[in-house]
Amino acid sequence: MSDTTYTKMGDTTDEATDGGPRESDYYQTTEGDRVYDVQGGDWETILAPPTGEKDRLIVNMGPQHPSTHGVLRLIVELDGESVQSIRAAIGYLHTGIEKNMEFRTWTQGTTFVTRMDYVAGLHNELAYSLAVERLLGIEDQIPERASVIRVMMSELARASSHLVAIATGGLELGALTGMTVGFRNREPILDLFESITGLRMNHGYIRPGGVSQDLPQGIEADITETLANLRKGSTDVQNLLVGNAIWLGRTQGVGYLDLAGCMALGVTGPILRSTGLPFDVRKTDPYCGFENYEFDVATQTTCDVYGRFLIRLDEIEQSLNIVEQCLDKLKPGPVMVADKKIAWPADLTVGPDGQGNSLAHIKHIMGTSMEALIHHFKLVTEGFQVPPGQVYVPTEGAKGELGMHLVSDGGTRPYRAHMREPSFTNLQAIAAMCEGGMLSDVVASISSIDPVMGGVDR
Amino acid sequence: MSELDPPETPEGLPVTPADAVEIPLADVSGAGPDLVEVRVGAFGVHGSPDVSGYGGLINKIEIAGASERPYGSYFDEVADDLAINLGSDYNEAIEKVVVDRGEVTFYVRRARIVEVCQAMLHDPLLRFEMCLGVSGVHWPNELDRELHAVYHLRSITHNRIVRLEVTCPDSDPHVPSTTSVYPTNDWHERETYDFFGIVFDGHPYLTRIEMPDDWLGHPQRKDYPLGGIPVEYKGATVPPPDKRRSYS
Amino acid sequence: MGLEDKLPSGFLLTTVESVHGYAQKSSLWPVTFGLACCAIEMMASGAGRFDLARFGMEVFRPSPRQADLMIVAGRVSQKMAPILRQVYDQMPEPKWVISMGVCASSGGMFNNYAIVQGVDHVVPVDIYLPGCPPRPEMLMDAILKLHDQIQNTRMGPNLIEDQQAAEQKALAARPLIEMKGLLR
Repeated sequence: MSDTTYTKMGDTTDEATDGGPRESDYYQTTEGDRVYDVQGGDWETILAPPTGEKDRLIVNMGPQHPSTHGVLRLIVELDGESVQSIRAAIGYLHTGIEKNMEFRTWTQGTTFVTRMDYVAGLHNELAYSLAVERLLGIEDQIPERASVIRVMMSELARASSHLVAIATGGLELGALTGMTVGFRNREPILDLFESITGLRMNHGYIRPGGVSQDLPQGIEADITETLANLRKGSTDVQNLLVGNAIWLGRTQGVGYLDLAGCMALGVTGPILRSTGLPFDVRKTDPYCGFENYEFDVATQTTCDVYGRFLIRLDEIEQSLNIVEQCLDKLKPGPVMVADKKIAWPADLTVGPDGQGNSLAHIKHIMGTSMEALIHHFKLVTEGFQVPPGQVYVPTEGAKGELGMHLVSDGGTRPYRAHMREPSFTNLQAIAAMCEGGMLSDVVASISSIDPVMGGVDR
Repeated sequence: MSELDPPETPEGLPVTPADAVEIPLADVSGAGPDLVEVRVGAFGVHGSPDVSGYGGLINKIEIAGASERPYGSYFDEVADDLAINLGSDYNEAIEKVVVDRGEVTFYVRRARIVEVCQAMLHDPLLRFEMCLGVSGVHWPNELDRELHAVYHLRSITHNRIVRLEVTCPDSDPHVPSTTSVYPTNDWHERETYDFFGIVFDGHPYLTRIEMPDDWLGHPQRKDYPLGGIPVEYKGATVPPPDKRRSYS
Repeated sequence: MGLEDKLPSGFLLTTVESVHGYAQKSSLWPVTFGLACCAIEMMASGAGRFDLARFGMEVFRPSPRQADLMIVAGRVSQKMAPILRQVYDQMPEPKWVISMGVCASSGGMFNNYAIVQGVDHVVPVDIYLPGCPPRPEMLMDAILKLHDQIQNTRMGPNLIEDQQAAEQKALAARPLIEMKGLLR
């Protein structure tokens, strides 16, 4: 490392005549840079520390931080250990998904929307597909088996997302066993997803018109076994954290946000339900046949982090009950809408090479039916056309109200796709929850909001 | 001119979708569909002659226009309660009401949006406690009404959802901020400003939220390119998504 | 680096190289750089079922000063790129980078204004791991390939020789666009 030596040059004696900064002297370093010393004028007032205030420290919990649940930047003004003000800076994961969707067909929109809230991707897909179906006007033509499968997958995704929330909450507050137990519990659900959709995450399974492929043979036994394992695993998490003195100390009374605050800030999901209001879009605006399922809306009245944690545990239990009811409701039938001009034409099954369309289906398309071939070609290359209009379809995502606002201009591509993400709105509540508390409570509050930055930034 | 001749602009050139066909201001006086765009030809061919034989096809794309009473469902009650609340200002505030696909959209004139939101929030018969956010839509063909800001309101008491839509021209993209009524719109308005350039007057700190602070341009506008790069394969490149062929 | 770099080529150096490589690969500590969906799969590979602890890697260090491997897991947006570079710069030598997932390797499905089309625009990458997201087993395969690479990295004058050879090979390599005629 070379020492930079300064060679002073320039005149230092002239004073400015108009009260502005005087001609500055500069130093020439050995690397050829010039270093200017600016003096005079109002530089002293600009550079002076603020007067009349106590010792305030501004801390940047930067985008790369183990406890910020993703790339969230928090700018915290601290007075000792207590938070005076907190602001969140987002946008570090902005992907331009919504604009990207304007250049892809309606079916391809599924694969983009999945990656917004990537922890529970199926919820995004479901909201998007319901919105496209409402625009197409085929809401009542969706086969019942497709609806039941959608409900089942979405509830499994909800359980998986809550497990991640509890696990990462545990990780951030130091309960590392909670993290390993939570992720271990989640693995059977991901195995189920892999058997049914082909992927552990980012499935692309729920498409406008139905689901992309039917359930594989013998999956019902796997699902029943997984449910039993999950229920047993839930008791592990409960034994570990519920009633645990340290956990209670860290989470009780922390992150308080009451009903008025939630309403003003537009906060939905477990946070709203922790204030005592049993608001669940599945009950108020049922979709996919949710009115036919029996489940309770988990509510607490403590408005704090511990209440939200208990709600998430309850919701996992309720989701597993709903999945059981789905298994009873499953009847044989198609899984895609009957209209061949919209239905995704694949009939996927495991072929001799381990992947691809079933041979019978290929024979049908290529050998017997001209229309099937044309439909296959047109649907994959161009996509179907959606009549112009705009819709907003609210669903209950794992984090809160997940709504899809879609605008169509009559073409094969969305004109404007906007997802009303619960994480984006809920994250605004950080200031209300954390200001006045301690720095360690900030971490607990954020883990209770459970923001997924892919959804926040889109 | 017979129906079989291709349509001609005054310059004598055939109309292509690339030429912005002048859309008249949405006829808010009567009911009936609004014209969004006129598409010519069947396969989205631009710039070269369409030899498919479908080049003379003219497609008028129409979106649902102003609806007439009765609107159906709970929409009439909401409109009536709003009319009672706003009194004689109702016609000045509400431009038109569109009922489409089971949803109602109130087109509100931008000067009155705060007043309408206050009525929606405080009136006990309306009680739209929660605003689900603001987002923008850019319709470059709708001259003088290019930028739309869309608000969704939810009433938990009455279990209703309505949509408010505010338009503003590109030349003067200002809309009053509703953060005084619904504080949740804070970040939503910042996001809409970031992506569309709609300036919400009265917002406490309207800065970019998703893009870096020194970004130039508003990405989700239709005149902002997608910005991808060509993808290189062995021996070939594939253009980025916005430069590829489109069929619509 | 140290004394070991000044050893002359020969039997002694090759012994030191194998010991040194073995020691370095056996406890690579990753820095937490999980950005998006790939981060969930990275967490899953650190969890109980696909245990990364058997490779000595379960301690994800939040501080880059204590880490030697950066797994860029997820899409890097334009706003995040300077922070990525800053964290990389703060890591002490020797350091390696795995770009996990297609978004980190090449921009993935997001070919647009907001995403850096490959983190190799920002940091030098040792292993590119495709997948959207890559399964935990794929991540472990990438880590094992990196372990092989580290084990076989030579030192001192051998290292300089290897680096120069790699540079010459890269300069003489045929660009992708020239590889025509592969589809017959």
